[in-house]
Amino acid sequence: MDGVFIGACHLNECNYITHGNFLAKNMVLLVKKIMAHVGLNPDRLRMQFMSGAEANVFVASTNSFIKTIKDLGPIGNSEGLVDGEVRSKLARVEKLVSYIKIAKKEKLNRRLNPEEYEGYFTEDEIAQLLNEAPAYYIEPDKCQACMICARRCPVDAITGAKREVHVIDQDTCIKCGTCIDVCPTKFSAVTKMVGRPAPPPPPEGKRAIVKKSEEKEAA
Amino acid sequence: MAPKLVEVGRHPNIEVLSYTEVKRVEGEAGNFTVSLTRKPRYIREDKCTGCNTCVEYCPVKVPDPYNQEISENKAVHIYFSQAVPLIAYIDESCLYLKEKKCKICENVCKNKAIDLKQEAEKIEIKAGAILLAQGIEPFDARLKAEYRYGQYDNVVTSMDYERILCATGPYGGDILRKTDLKHPRKLAWISCVGSRQATDGGNSYCSGVCCTYAQKQVILTKDHDAEAECVVFHNDIRSFGKDFERFYQRAEDLPGVRFIKSYVTIGKEMPGTRNIVIKYWTPEAGLVEEEFDMVVLCVGLTPPADVKKIADTYGIDLGDHEFAKLDPENPMRTTRPGIFVSGGLQGPLDIPESVFSASGAGSQLGELLNYRRGKLSTERTYPEEKDVSEEEPRIGVFVCHCGANISRVVNVPDTVEYCKELPYVVHSQEQLFSCATNSAREITDTIQEKGLNRVVVAACSPRTLEPLFRDTLREAGINQYYFEMANIREHDSWVHTKEMEDALAKAKDIIRMSVARVARLEPLQEFDLPVNKAALVVGGGVAGMTTALSIASQKHEVHLVEKEKDLGGTARKVHSTLDGMDVQAFLQDLTRKIYAHPMIHVYHNAAITQADGYIGNFVTTVASDRGETTIAHGAAVLAIGADVYTPTEYLYGRHERVMTQLELEARIAERDETLINGRNLVMIQCVGCRNEERNYCSRVCCGESVKNALELKKINPKMNIYVLYRDIRTYGFNEDFYREARGKAVRFIRYVPEDPPAVEETGEGSLRITVTDQTLKQKVSIDADALSLAAAVIPSKATREIAGLFKVTLSPDGYFKEAHVKLRPVDFATDGVYLCGMAHYPKFIPETINQAYGAAGRVLTLLSNDVVTASGSVCEINEKMCIGCGACAEVCSYEALNLKDTKGGQKATINPVLCKGDGLCNTVCPTGAIVLKHYTDEEIISEIDALTDVEQTDGKNRSAA
Repeated sequence: MDGVFIGACHLNECNYITHGNFLAKNMVLLVKKIMAHVGLNPDRLRMQFMSGAEANVFVASTNSFIKTIKDLGPIGNSEGLVDGEVRSKLARVEKLVSYIKIAKKEKLNRRLNPEEYEGYFTEDEIAQLLNEAPAYYIEPDKCQACMICARRCPVDAITGAKREVHVIDQDTCIKCGTCIDVCPTKFSAVTKMVGRPAPPPPPEGKRAIVKKSEEKEAA
Repeated sequence: MAPKLVEVGRHPNIEVLSYTEVKRVEGEAGNFTVSLTRKPRYIREDKCTGCNTCVEYCPVKVPDPYNQEISENKAVHIYFSQAVPLIAYIDESCLYLKEKKCKICENVCKNKAIDLKQEAEKIEIKAGAILLAQGIEPFDARLKAEYRYGQYDNVVTSMDYERILCATGPYGGDILRKTDLKHPRKLAWISCVGSRQATDGGNSYCSGVCCTYAQKQVILTKDHDAEAECVVFHNDIRSFGKDFERFYQRAEDLPGVRFIKSYVTIGKEMPGTRNIVIKYWTPEAGLVEEEFDMVVLCVGLTPPADVKKIADTYGIDLGDHEFAKLDPENPMRTTRPGIFVSGGLQGPLDIPESVFSASGAGSQLGELLNYRRGKLSTERTYPEEKDVSEEEPRIGVFVCHCGANISRVVNVPDTVEYCKELPYVVHSQEQLFSCATNSAREITDTIQEKGLNRVVVAACSPRTLEPLFRDTLREAGINQYYFEMANIREHDSWVHTKEMEDALAKAKDIIRMSVARVARLEPLQEFDLPVNKAALVVGGGVAGMTTALSIASQKHEVHLVEKEKDLGGTARKVHSTLDGMDVQAFLQDLTRKIYAHPMIHVYHNAAITQADGYIGNFVTTVASDRGETTIAHGAAVLAIGADVYTPTEYLYGRHERVMTQLELEARIAERDETLINGRNLVMIQCVGCRNEERNYCSRVCCGESVKNALELKKINPKMNIYVLYRDIRTYGFNEDFYREARGKAVRFIRYVPEDPPAVEETGEGSLRITVTDQTLKQKVSIDADALSLAAAVIPSKATREIAGLFKVTLSPDGYFKEAHVKLRPVDFATDGVYLCGMAHYPKFIPETINQAYGAAGRVLTLLSNDVVTASGSVCEINEKMCIGCGACAEVCSYEALNLKDTKGGQKATINPVLCKGDGLCNTVCPTGAIVLKHYTDEEIISEIDALTDVEQTDGKNRSAA
């Protein structure tokens, strides 16, 4: 697939009182900026508003979009990227979808006035958003294996058992921050790491923990 | 139309007797005996499948009445392709019927459905009440010889043109001239043909619909041919309907479109080209002659040709202009009790008004027959549903020819063969009309014979026929959500008529996508909700009171909520209607009936503080003179009326002799001496609307001004009355009063908004109004004793707040927005909530009464049931994946989502009854915790994969799209 065309009803003409096309437009603006940031031509994504009575608009806009995409050629070509690069760039962003939706929730879910669209998302903002995507890490020496984070993780990215340091699988993690929110403050075992990768977890078999009270007893 | 037709045809409690005439009506309200004659079709209804084979072989070609006799049909034919019932009939041009020859049809009919010996059949039915909906007919342009219709072939009527524009029309949707079958490049529309003409052969009234349909035809013409030059010759432009003003502007703003206010004469037909010359006059250019390729006559509406016979048969009286004579307090009631009218027999009406009166008449039939409601009704029963969710998909694909709509472009047999190779498809076949009754039966039978558990019908848009096919699956014991429609008509054959090969490839793509999707669909359950039998009516004006009475008369408790201390609304300020109804007497009588009715509870000085719940189960809190009351109700009617604009223009509020039309009416009613003895009175129309801020026409003001002018002339014939107007919009029978006013020397002076009238105070406390008369192109000054402003009707201040409480939406102009402008004008998109009266749009009292009864009719269709069924395609939350961020609840304007505290933290919960399945929550959910059933990611992505990944799905070597 080398381009995506989104047809939508005119703003304010949605059949539903939720008017989701406003939000779709915000998402398109954001995605276009992300595409530019990772080196893909944002013209490969277009949203066109039209009514069911505007067949002429539909025909003209799809024809012009097809022409645009044909001129650009297969994805990556005009951008000077080889196939593998495109895939890895997209995969990187795809992993961040949940994080982006959470980080930009307020901005994405607002109905804008027409004059607000210009520059609604900026390049710097996107760069910061992507560069500052955090990693969550459970510090082995602080984790008390209480199981709360593991139970609450929405995607079951945390493995752990009683008396065993919990570990976040970074490939599964969607960076929603639930673990850091729910880790009891007296432990504060989860760390949000920005700008650096999470250290590797302790290898399996070396995760058993001794509770502090037991430590004392042992001493 | 098509969905309504199909619904009527399939409704278990409606028996359609087509090709039938009513001969006699005896008895009385509650107990009529109706004698009918079923005319012979010469076709056995139970045998005919609508296959059209007989039509193909019939040797007799006759002009096709459905296509305005522009193209031909056969002596045996089906009236039109979506007809209900879809059965052929043989007309009198048949060779056998005329000369006992031929009989070819009898030999070619595989089903032995032809019966040339059939005779008329007399039947008698018992009926408690009768509704007359014979409709209107287009004016016969031949009655006005000066338009040369029937003489010059390139002069057509608007009805002819309507058919020419239509894809199923005489030229398959190509706009062509009869004389050379070429596209006309320059077209003229002539307004008011047969309407507003008090001369021989014409009708004096305004037909009310032609201005706007002409604009529609211009827009469609420009859609067909962007280069076409279109000229509309008009009198006043009467865009008085909801959103019509904007529609007019849209047509007017198109390039190559001119609107010219002028009377016209049809001149000669040019030899050779056979173009038509039109002569007209404008103040700017004087007399002009202009040549057109085609001329469209905007013919008006008339009562049915046999209306006198109808009146005789039913024993009802006819009134003005030979439409039905009606009671102004109840425009659906005829002079014979138990017989009602709806639609065009009331007078010239647009579609929404027809629908108001249809639903309203329905409610009145209910009032009459409520005591025996339900005694004759039957319910559809379905076989028990088989659980096939564990079975491997077994898909059947039915490809529809749609007559020739699809098959003349898409090679249907080839498509059927292709389907057989798709994954999980175990059966594939073609059908002439998949929507025909026999085809639906064939689908049911095939499901059972071949053990199908999923079905794809490749035909038209699901908007129209999906409910029918879902029903078909239920009849075969399969969950109705195991169905998918592939639209190869609107999305394919209709738009690619000239690219047959590509259209075939596209049909295959579309069906392949549907097959991929249907294989992944899940069975969903719809659920029944109980219905509370009470109704809440908000607003105690004419609209609210009329609705309340009609609902209460059908034995439902009604809570009527009024914000003032008295009932009556705006009508309290209206003293008479144009046709002479005493509004105050009517209002008194109506109010008395409300207070006397044991099932109506009135709340005065009331405000709604809270409204919760959903269809069948609302709970509303009302603070009123009764204290705070919590009301449980199943339905709500919002009839909160409208306000009058307070002008800031023309010295209003600064000079005591400047008033609004309603204030003028009050002063006339009290016979204010200084007013009625005045010498000169000026009225200015369109004050506060038809401008940038309020881009709509207030509809009632022209009639109101004419009414006041006539009343003043009656009291003081010497008074000089000047009406400064932009377009006089006295539509329908009100046109007669406008004519009367002109006859009584009321002066009408046209102005344009760019050069509005100027009002100044002169020394002696009187006023001087200066205006440029657009006909004379000259400034005119009038010294007036009084100035009356036709102040706009504006939405009630409470509209926005009430809309928020009941979760309904507003139109761009701030009035309540109905579910569908034409087809559902008394419903909101929010189920169980209805609207009527001026809260919907400005309207006259009889129109309000029509709509108020209409709302009652809609309420009854809900409240007369014990349960309502909610859709199965709603959102579902995977609680484990929910992180309680609340994004979903924030965007759901239906308030179907809420956050609740659980042991695992805050989680979203959904009330599936309120969910409309628009899917916004699941797009904003960051973790994918919400899915919209029937539109899951997997189901949707499977379609996209099937489209783009051709090689994987069907193994054929085509380049990926």
